[in-house]
Amino acid sequence: MVHLTGRLLSGITLAAMLGIATVSAQAATLHMAWSQDATGLDPHKQTAFSSLRLLELIYEPLVRLDASLQIIPAIATSWEFSKDGKELTFKLDPKAKFQDGTAVNSADVKASFERILDEKTGAAARANFLSIASIDTPDAATVVFHLSQPDAPILTAMSDVNAAIVPAAEIKAGSIGTKTVGSGPFKLDKWDPNAKEVLSANKDWAGGATGVDGIEISVLPDEAAILAAMRTKQIDFALLNDPLVATLVPKEANLQLNRVPVLAYNVLQLNPSRKPMTELKVRQAISCAIDRQEVLDTAALGEGKVTGPLTIPALATDPSQLFCYKRDVEKAKKLMAEAGLADGFSATVIGATGEPPTAAAEAQVIQSQLAEIGVKLDIKMMELNVYVDAWLKGDFDMAIALNGGRADPYTMYNRYWTKAGNLQKVANYIDDTLDSQMQQGRAETDPAKRKAIFAAFEKHLAEVSPWIWLYTSYSYTAQQKNIAGFVPTPTGTLFSLSKVTIQ
Amino acid sequence: MNYLLRRLATFPLVLLGVSILVFVAIRMVPGDSITAMLGTEAGLLTPAQRDSLAAYFGIDQPWFVQYWRWIGGILHGNFGISVTYGRPVLDVILERFPLTLELAVLSMIIALLVGMPAGIYAATHNEKPSDLGVRIIAMIGQSTPSFVLGLLIIYTLSAGFGVLPAMGEFAPLWQDPLRNLSQLILPAITLGFAFAASVTRIARSAMLDVLSDDYVRTARSKGASARSVIWRHALPNALIPVVTLSGIEFGYLLGGAVIVEQIYALPGLGRMVLDAILQRDYALVQGSVLFIAFNFMIVNLLVDLAYVALDPRIRLGEQ
Repeated sequence: MVHLTGRLLSGITLAAMLGIATVSAQAATLHMAWSQDATGLDPHKQTAFSSLRLLELIYEPLVRLDASLQIIPAIATSWEFSKDGKELTFKLDPKAKFQDGTAVNSADVKASFERILDEKTGAAARANFLSIASIDTPDAATVVFHLSQPDAPILTAMSDVNAAIVPAAEIKAGSIGTKTVGSGPFKLDKWDPNAKEVLSANKDWAGGATGVDGIEISVLPDEAAILAAMRTKQIDFALLNDPLVATLVPKEANLQLNRVPVLAYNVLQLNPSRKPMTELKVRQAISCAIDRQEVLDTAALGEGKVTGPLTIPALATDPSQLFCYKRDVEKAKKLMAEAGLADGFSATVIGATGEPPTAAAEAQVIQSQLAEIGVKLDIKMMELNVYVDAWLKGDFDMAIALNGGRADPYTMYNRYWTKAGNLQKVANYIDDTLDSQMQQGRAETDPAKRKAIFAAFEKHLAEVSPWIWLYTSYSYTAQQKNIAGFVPTPTGTLFSLSKVTIQ
Repeated sequence: MNYLLRRLATFPLVLLGVSILVFVAIRMVPGDSITAMLGTEAGLLTPAQRDSLAAYFGIDQPWFVQYWRWIGGILHGNFGISVTYGRPVLDVILERFPLTLELAVLSMIIALLVGMPAGIYAATHNEKPSDLGVRIIAMIGQSTPSFVLGLLIIYTLSAGFGVLPAMGEFAPLWQDPLRNLSQLILPAITLGFAFAASVTRIARSAMLDVLSDDYVRTARSKGASARSVIWRHALPNALIPVVTLSGIEFGYLLGGAVIVEQIYALPGLGRMVLDAILQRDYALVQGSVLFIAFNFMIVNLLVDLAYVALDPRIRLGEQ
């Protein structure tokens, strides 16, 4: 007791010395922290995780995904595909308003999609909307998309903030990206890049009243410091990337850790255009030699789960049924011998420092596992941007990657595993089966049939092993226990902060 | 005076060299503003989309055109626009600089207040246990990386005492001095600790050197008190290496203390440059490196001038 009082006293003295208030923040503002800041404000151009999370609070797409990845209304209250699947009609919410007070109408929707499709914009999501042939606006509350071919995944692609509806007037003024006028739950009052964002509630939001009056986001680059700031109640809510820090959260009495498996996947990308990965047997040997669970346990403290190519909960199959998901070193050695490489070979694996935080550890575990079948791996860690450059050029033997997931497998994988995929030069592998399975999955609208198509796709992909899928990790948020109403989702969206309250 | 003018005349030449170096270096690193913004999604862009973004970022021209444009702008006082901040580079730098300057000054004060007395004490107790103690602490100080010390301080305060200076929102000195100091004191201690250790070691060895000089022996034999020998006769001469060291360290600190700013989430110059490099904000990287180089040259000049003040025998610029 004496000891405790002493500690308390010294704490208070220290607080007084440092001039710090130990009381919590004002009730109505949510104090939030993350280690990486948004990189820009144009919803059509940003793809960085933090940018999307910020913009989702300000802008709205036509539709949204709920926590189980089902499509729910956002700006549109209803939608319908025509019988032939080539016409998609949306009815807009008459209450939807931009933060400058003007109503969201069909002309804004048309202008937004035309902006995305315009090559001058440089919108990465354009690739998902190429089937849009024309857009009609019969009245202010109705939008009709005419498609050149049936495209079931387009609806999911439209739920992304990269397909946000922005005011036609702002597009004309050329102010998207410098001025933020969305229709979402919060307005951006201030952005000091790499330091902080100040958001205030949008009183006109069609979704109703928000639970807090505002959100202040601080950029605290060191996640250990974020945890420290949460201990002292300076921060109510935080986004965490590093499993090493996240696993410390439950040890704090006042803090709660939310975690949910994400759609993004950790993968060892082989480069099948480089010898000897050109050989199916070599790729399969690598797949058999890797113990995915051990990679997960050692590199990420077991924080995640082993996955096949499909990470979408509704479509994912049992990974233990996939090719060589149970480690089999003997089989791997046999395959190597059959490929004429009984003595193994040398290769370089690249990884990005800190992206994901587990990259270097994953590479090391894989290095030791592959050593058992004679593969000598040289690990080369690089700064993220240098890595991205090499990755986009396909300039690697093998790459440790954390690739983003999407709520639809076609949108997620057509870039790699179709003949016309824009990232074929990264994947460097395609066969007729993969391509036709993807095309079937794109056109099919019946959920059960789609599931079967993609299950076959997954099985085949694991068998031909151009990449070795490892695991999906968790997305982590930490919060004070007096924060209520946050719903973590596999997409990582923080949209439910709109209904969060401080008790 | 002549010397000062001659030194100032070399500034533009050095800065020109630095400008070329930083301009070329940042462009030699793979990746550009487009991959920095879009990451791997940049692979989904069509060539036309890429060209349009390159024009937006101003990286569509050959490098010598870009360089010429940049230098031309600087001569008119225009350092370019930061693509991250959407504001003039110089504005962004000048907004961050006061914090970095304050942090550097505070760390130097801590270093000198702790290091000088410790060094003198160790020198005057040469080879005694207390000297050994000082040397061991100094060795630990020099070899502890600032991120270890910084995290240790943060952890101990937050986990042990439940307190921590407000992080995230930084209060400038002139707006809220008390809050400002509460936010800067821990980073300054973190930086000052290693700095103080270096000062201690240099001060000790310089003092030992001077104490064995003839003139000190003369002073002693003339009956000067021990205190007067140390403070009046020996110290001024022992200061020269300390000034050199402090000048160099201070110059470095003006370039921003990246790790400490990162840990304590201080919006200083170091973190800004790091973020600018990671986001390939070329104009901001170039502008801030020039700014840092300029500061370094000024500090060096001041150090040289301090020599003259400390030792009348030194005449700058004379052979």
